Amino acid sequence: MELKDKLVSSFIAFENTVDVDAAVHDVRNEAIKIFEAIGFPTKRDEAWKYTSLNRILKHDYSVFPKQENAIEYSDVKNYFIHDIDSYKIVFIDGKFSSNLSQTTHDGIDICLMSSALTKPKYQPIIENYFNKVASKDGLTSLNTAFSKEGAYIHIPKNKLVEKPIQIIHLSTGNEAALMLQPRNLIVVDENSHVQIIERHQSLTANPVLTNSVTEVFADKRAIVDYYKIQNDKEEASLIDNTCINQKRESHVSMHTFTFGGKLVRNNLNFYQNGEHMDSTLNGVTIIGDKQHVDHNTLVHHIEPNCESHQDYKGIFSDKATGVFNGKVVVDKDAQKTNAFQSNNNILLSDKATINSKPQLEIFADDVKCSHGCTIGQLDESAMFYMQSRGIPKKEAKALLMFAFCNNVLGSVKVPEVKQRITKIIANKLGVNLGFDL
Amino acid sequence: MTNFIKTAINANRKAKGLEDMPAKDMLKMIREKAELLEIDRKFLSRSLNEGFSGGEKKRNEIFQMAMLEPKLAILDETDSGLDIDALRIVANGVNKLKSKDNAVIVITHYQRLLDYIVPDFVHVLYNGKIVKSGGKELAHQLEEKGYDWIKEEVEA
Repeated sequence: MELKDKLVSSFIAFENTVDVDAAVHDVRNEAIKIFEAIGFPTKRDEAWKYTSLNRILKHDYSVFPKQENAIEYSDVKNYFIHDIDSYKIVFIDGKFSSNLSQTTHDGIDICLMSSALTKPKYQPIIENYFNKVASKDGLTSLNTAFSKEGAYIHIPKNKLVEKPIQIIHLSTGNEAALMLQPRNLIVVDENSHVQIIERHQSLTANPVLTNSVTEVFADKRAIVDYYKIQNDKEEASLIDNTCINQKRESHVSMHTFTFGGKLVRNNLNFYQNGEHMDSTLNGVTIIGDKQHVDHNTLVHHIEPNCESHQDYKGIFSDKATGVFNGKVVVDKDAQKTNAFQSNNNILLSDKATINSKPQLEIFADDVKCSHGCTIGQLDESAMFYMQSRGIPKKEAKALLMFAFCNNVLGSVKVPEVKQRITKIIANKLGVNLGFDL
Repeated sequence: MTNFIKTAINANRKAKGLEDMPAKDMLKMIREKAELLEIDRKFLSRSLNEGFSGGEKKRNEIFQMAMLEPKLAILDETDSGLDIDALRIVANGVNKLKSKDNAVIVITHYQRLLDYIVPDFVHVLYNGKIVKSGGKELAHQLEEKGYDWIKEEVEA
C-alpha cells in the first residue's frame, strides 16, 4: 500500500485514541481532507523542484509505534547539551518520556501538547493559537490531522526564562521503519525571552521519517532564540515545517545546523505582523555521501520599519546535493524595510550540487533589499599557505571551512550550543582543533 | 595569529611524534620571539592577515619563522612592494634567526635586500637552471653589470 493511502486509512484508528468531540478535532478533520486531496508533494510542484521524496516514501513505515520503549539517560546523554542546566521535553518514538524530561508549570508552561489539547486550562491558548500560523499545504495538513503530541511552551509576559529549553525527539529503531509527526506550539507573550534547542535523533540504522510542524508566536518585544541541531543518522529523514508569527518590536532568530540525515527539508516561514521588529534566519549545512538538504525560507514583510537577515552557508562534498530557496516578500505598505539575504556555498567535489534560488517580491518603493548567492571552492593559495607552515591538508581544509561558517557560528548566543556545534563540525571533518573558535 | 601559530607548531610536533607544546611554554616562546623581533603583542590577537598592511604582513611572516624554527626557510621575493623600513624588519629578523643549524633561501631580483641580508652563497637561475654561483661579490657584480653577460656566457 502506498504511504499516502496507509496514512489516510489509519486516520480512523487514530480517532480512537483522541477525543473526537473536542473542538480541535474539527481542525484535524479538515486537515485530513486537505491531505487526501493534495497528497505528498512531487517534483512537479515548483517548491519541490529539486527535492524528490520518492526514495524516502517507499519504506513501509509504521505510523503508530507499537510499544512503549524506555531509554536510560546514560545511553543518550551525548545527544543532549548536557553541560548546561536546562528544561527538557523528551519524546521516545513519539511518546513523552517523563524519565528523561524536566518540565514545569511554575509561572511558565513547559510541557506537552497532549495535555494542552485535552485539559481545559490550556483551552484559551489553544483556541487563539493552535493551527493559526501553520501553512495549509499537504505535509503540514498531514501533521495537523494526526496532531496529538509534541512540545507545548507558553511563556507569560515579562518573563526571562533563564534556562534554555531542549526539545529532543528520539526513536529507538524497535520498528523496522517508523514515521513520526510531532506537533510543537510555542507562545511567548509580551516582553518575554526564551531560548530553545531542538533535535531529532534516531538510535539505530532503521529508516525514520519525521514530518514535524512547529508554530511560534512572539508577542510584542518578545525575544526568541531557536536552535535546530539536525545531525541524525544516515537513514533518518526530516521534513521540518516551522511557521513564526511576530508582533511589533520582537526579535526572533532561528539557527539551523544540518549535518546528518538522509534527506532534510526545512520549510521556514516568518510573518512580520507589526513594525520595528527583526527576524534572523541563519544556517550551516555540511553534508557528504548522498545526503540531500533543502532550505526553503520565507520572510514576509507586512508592515513598515522592519528588518530581516538571512545567512545560509553550505559545504557539499562527495555526491551530496543542496537546495536553497529563499523568498522575501515585501508588501506595498512595508516601507523602510531592510531585508538581507545571503547564501554562500562551497563545493568540495565534482559530483556535489547546489541549486540556489533567491526570490524577492517587492511591492514597496522605499526599501533596502539585497540578495547574494555564491558558489565556489576552497582557496588554493590559502591551503598552500597553511600547508607550507606544516599544517596537514585535512586540518588546513577544516580551518578554512570553519572560517567560512564563522559568522553564523558567531551569532549563536548560548555558548554551550556553539561549543557543541563546533565539536560536531570538527568530528564531521575528521579533525581535532587545538583551540576554541 | 597566536591560534594559527599554535596550530602550526603542534602539527609539526605531532608529525615528529611529540606532544603538544604546553600552554605556558607557548606563551613564553611567543613573548621572547615578539621581543626579539620588536613586534607589538597587540598584533598577535588579530586575525591572520586580516587588515594588515604590507609591512605588518611581513612582520607576521618573520614572526612565524621565528616561532616555527624551520630547518629551511624559502623567502620568495620577500622584498617586493616593501618600503625601506619593512625591508629592514625582514632583514633584521632573518639575521637574528640564522644559525648553523638552519638555512634560508632568499629569492630576489634586487641588490637592495642583500645590503641588509648578506648572503653566504649567490646562485643565478636562467631557464630553470643554476648557471652561475659565487659568494656575495657575485651579487655586487650583477648590480653593476646586469644579467646580460651571464646570458652571453651561457649561450656561448
